[in-house]
Amino acid sequence: MTDKPEKFIDENGIRSDNRRANEIRDVKIEVGVLSRADGSCYLEFGKNKVMAAVYGPREVHPRHQQKSNRAIVRYKYNMASFSVEDRKRPGPDRRSIEVSKVSREALEDQIFTEYFPKSAIDIFVEVLQADAGTRTAAINAASVALADAGIPMRSLVSACAVGKVDDTLVLDLNKDEDNYGQADMPIAMTPDGKITLLQMDGHLTEEEFKQGLEMAQEGCRQIYEMQRKALIDYYSKETEVTAAGDVKENAQEKPEGVTPVEVIEDTEKIDDTNKTGDAKETEGTVENVYPEETGDTVKSGDADELEDSGVEVPHIGENADETDGQMDESEEESSNE
Amino acid sequence: MDKNIVVPGDFLSDDVKKAGDGTYVSEGKVYSNLYGLTSEKEKIRVVSLSGKYIPHDGDLVVATVSEITFSNWIMDIKSPYEGLLNVSEYPRRIDSSDMVKYMDVGSSVLVMVKNVSRSMKVELTMRNNKLRPITSGRIIQVSAVKVPRMIGRNGSMISMLKKETNCNIFVGQNGVIWVTGKDRDMDKAIEAIQIIENEAHIDGLTDRISGFLKGNVEKEQETVKPAGSEILDELLD
Repeated sequence: MTDKPEKFIDENGIRSDNRRANEIRDVKIEVGVLSRADGSCYLEFGKNKVMAAVYGPREVHPRHQQKSNRAIVRYKYNMASFSVEDRKRPGPDRRSIEVSKVSREALEDQIFTEYFPKSAIDIFVEVLQADAGTRTAAINAASVALADAGIPMRSLVSACAVGKVDDTLVLDLNKDEDNYGQADMPIAMTPDGKITLLQMDGHLTEEEFKQGLEMAQEGCRQIYEMQRKALIDYYSKETEVTAAGDVKENAQEKPEGVTPVEVIEDTEKIDDTNKTGDAKETEGTVENVYPEETGDTVKSGDADELEDSGVEVPHIGENADETDGQMDESEEESSNE
Repeated sequence: MDKNIVVPGDFLSDDVKKAGDGTYVSEGKVYSNLYGLTSEKEKIRVVSLSGKYIPHDGDLVVATVSEITFSNWIMDIKSPYEGLLNVSEYPRRIDSSDMVKYMDVGSSVLVMVKNVSRSMKVELTMRNNKLRPITSGRIIQVSAVKVPRMIGRNGSMISMLKKETNCNIFVGQNGVIWVTGKDRDMDKAIEAIQIIENEAHIDGLTDRISGFLKGNVEKEQETVKPAGSEILDELLD
């Protein structure tokens, strides 16, 4: 821990980390970083580093928590034991339980929970490195992760803190300013200015409060633009990468998704109506099943692109081939009998 | 047709009548409620890039038995909600004590969603001659939002896949795909399906897949076949 600095703001109006009073720290946002989560986001906010994961809507466990008319939202804010200078005792404590509660409330109202009755939307935010303002960073990351998970929302939520040091209002406090400053006020809001979280620690006059609110609004607006850009860039990047023929990575990950069907032993019994199995019949089935129009017209790409991306796709890993082959052989044998 | 990427809360239109799927109306204006692509015909829709399968009446899905109760099979339909198949919905009259003999835990079945109640109780049925337990082939899972792309406009993608790979392919609305055919054909079909899933949002998909399928045929004749037969020889030894 550093000691309290003599001055937070020098005579030129520059803060200890070379920012002006109304500047936020650098933000870096990455979308879709966790492959097993339905939606995820990694966010750096100055020296803060947080990772958000969203799962759901999914079944509610324990069952009694489920609501018959809407989805429940669960938010877990957790600080890693190595996220601060002195080791933090792991596990939920008074502070992280409170942060989880207010952050959940900051996001819950923006989610269309009524679309998914009896289900749960779980949000987990892990603080990997903390440097004041982790709850705002966590909300920013969680909001992007929710969008990535395809969960319907009224809007994204952006959060930013405002505080007072050396009798001056400053935007987005850093660690020293937070520890030794006179006030800290985290705010979360939607882009149209609805405030979904507002807390305050320390003292502000009415005038300062009003002014601080305006500063935070501007900060949130800047963060919103970055969140939005991160989501849009993520989509565009995916498009470019794959279109350029670099499908290899994606294709290689895949074999795990394939599961051979378990053979039902009593086939004959079930099949006494003679309906199962042979190829022609299934074909008829499938065509009957999907007459409807789906998706939009697919325009033709140019031939070069085609060759690049189409032909070079590697085969599924050899091991997978082998096992699949074995299983299917036995299956075929049994069905031929 | 112009496509735009939007995030939740993006303004779409002043005309409330144009509000389609994936949008909401607030104070007389239409906004997106999803992160996805817009498509505008009579209505503005937002098509999500990800999301879970939510069952609707009449959907055909590939389900897996997860539990058997006194008179119901409880089915995993890859959704936040589980499906219930009552014995009476089996094509033939069977005794509830014999349920296990017909479909045990782990069996995959082609079923139809009969009814979804307000409280999301999902009732399934097999009372249709298309519907039956799955006894051969392979099952792969893709994201439910990619299902329209798997099928293509008027079934163009799926019929091409079936023709080029000589496989029978059934795409469940829940994103579970059932493929039957020869081993090597299934390998190819599954590879193609995975390409579709990864590149579902990129223009020119059908052409690329058709290129892949046709290109692969030539390749196979040169290289892949000998490699495959080596493995077969090893196995036979």
